[in-house]
Amino acid sequence: MTGVVQFSSASQARPEVERDRTRSFWTSVTWIGLAVLLAWSWSPAEMYRWPQLFSDAGNMATYAAGFLKPDFKEWHYYLQEMATTIQIALWGTFLAAVLAVPFGILSARNVAPWYVVQPVRRLMDACRSIHELVFAVLFVVAVGLGPFAGAMALFVHTTGILAKLFSEAVEATDFRPVEAIRATGASRVQEVVFGIVPQVMPLWMSYALYRFESNVRAATVLGVIGAGGIGQVLFEAIRGFYYPQASAMLIIMLVTVSLLDLLSQQVRKLFL
Amino acid sequence: MNAISVRNLSKTFGKKQALENISLDIAKGEMVALIGASGSGKSTLMRHICGLEIAQTELGRIDILGQPIQSGGRLARDARGLRRNIGVVFQQFNLVTRLSALSNVLLGNLGRIPTWRGTLGLFNAEEKRLAREALARVGIPEVVWQRASTLSGGQQQRAAIARTLVQRSEILLADEPIASLDPLSARRVMEVLASVNRDGITCVVSLHQVEYARRYCPRTIALRDGRIVFDGPSVELTNNMLVELYGANSEELILPDAPTQPARPNRAATPRLSPAFV
Repeated sequence: MTGVVQFSSASQARPEVERDRTRSFWTSVTWIGLAVLLAWSWSPAEMYRWPQLFSDAGNMATYAAGFLKPDFKEWHYYLQEMATTIQIALWGTFLAAVLAVPFGILSARNVAPWYVVQPVRRLMDACRSIHELVFAVLFVVAVGLGPFAGAMALFVHTTGILAKLFSEAVEATDFRPVEAIRATGASRVQEVVFGIVPQVMPLWMSYALYRFESNVRAATVLGVIGAGGIGQVLFEAIRGFYYPQASAMLIIMLVTVSLLDLLSQQVRKLFL
Repeated sequence: MNAISVRNLSKTFGKKQALENISLDIAKGEMVALIGASGSGKSTLMRHICGLEIAQTELGRIDILGQPIQSGGRLARDARGLRRNIGVVFQQFNLVTRLSALSNVLLGNLGRIPTWRGTLGLFNAEEKRLAREALARVGIPEVVWQRASTLSGGQQQRAAIARTLVQRSEILLADEPIASLDPLSARRVMEVLASVNRDGITCVVSLHQVEYARRYCPRTIALRDGRIVFDGPSVELTNNMLVELYGANSEELILPDAPTQPARPNRAATPRLSPAFV
């Protein structure tokens, strides 16, 4: 057999492929839509009251003055309650991170088919859009007052958040290693385990740690409805006008959150 | 029985015709170069052969070792089993960059071992030994524990070839394996591919530069705008013929300092003459 030349003409005029205008059209629509939404929300959110931030600054100064002399007499008790708050956040975040892995993968459009993605996403939306406080009230009714209700509330809400963040990380992965693994004859699950998970692991870790920090703050708020921890003590102090004690607790919270931030940065470095 | 048999394959992406009625046969043990300018359809053809892309037409059909991997615009039911027989090497190496070279090579086992063991990543001592051997075979035994992201381009590509060795595939598709590499690494990768071919593995290598085709592959298939414009011995593909085939685009296929007439193909590197020659 010899080489066969089927084409001899050297000149080749290629037609220009038309530009896809729908894309730029939808980009403009999105920006205009955002502007309309902001305008629509201006009055209902009472944004027109912004000058009061300056005219009534004196009130805030008076209130803040009460916090200037922190009282650390009962620091031991505060630290103990702070620890409870962290422990609530720790379990709530851990359970959420574990559950967010399957839910996150199943709500990623490049992995699962739409008939799985849509229901899973709606379920996660529900978990996310309902505030921890609402879940906490539900759990308090179900399992009674105390830290367990707080941990469960954080767990459900955080699962919704992490599943969304995890799935976005999955959708942003490089698909080429996945194809290489598919080409070896691997199964769908194996494509995810070896092609996608190693790529998103550092990001997932980072998101989970960040949510842990946020959950420590959220867990203090859950104290208001009786879910234990330093929040409960803090709100009792504020309601009783014990500002020096409240101030001490706020300082402890601030220091704790900063320390956790430093710690989680170190942990993140290990995984990158 | 042919290693690869393609019939009436067509594919369009949007308005662009990527492949137009491609038919070709590649016998077992051949080493074939697939050349063409950027956008001529080389990668698309490769991706169809290994079942990563599905053709649209009713007529299109691709058989691997006598069994259809896709026909009539549908992937065959046992495509997964057939993929095991096709090792694929990509231009961008497509290694899992956060895993070690050894782990990447071990992934070649996934299609062969029980699913549960593969999914949990439980590779046995024998498989690990073979993976190390494969890395030694492609000349990079020293990088076993290195993360794939820290390897040079040439090392990554050779690790990717090692993965296909572990896969023990009968066909090796290399899609622009040297396009992202410096000349020395490119030569090494081509030597490895030629030596893999000497072991009886059918190799199809898409190349950007025709010099490598002449040197390492007895047979060349040339594509232009999704059509086969040449299929025959690489030695017949002279620079003049390339200019005729590709016009102005031929510049990107010919190295500037290349001889105007092709050297005889390196017989030592290509002892198996393809049926196209006989």
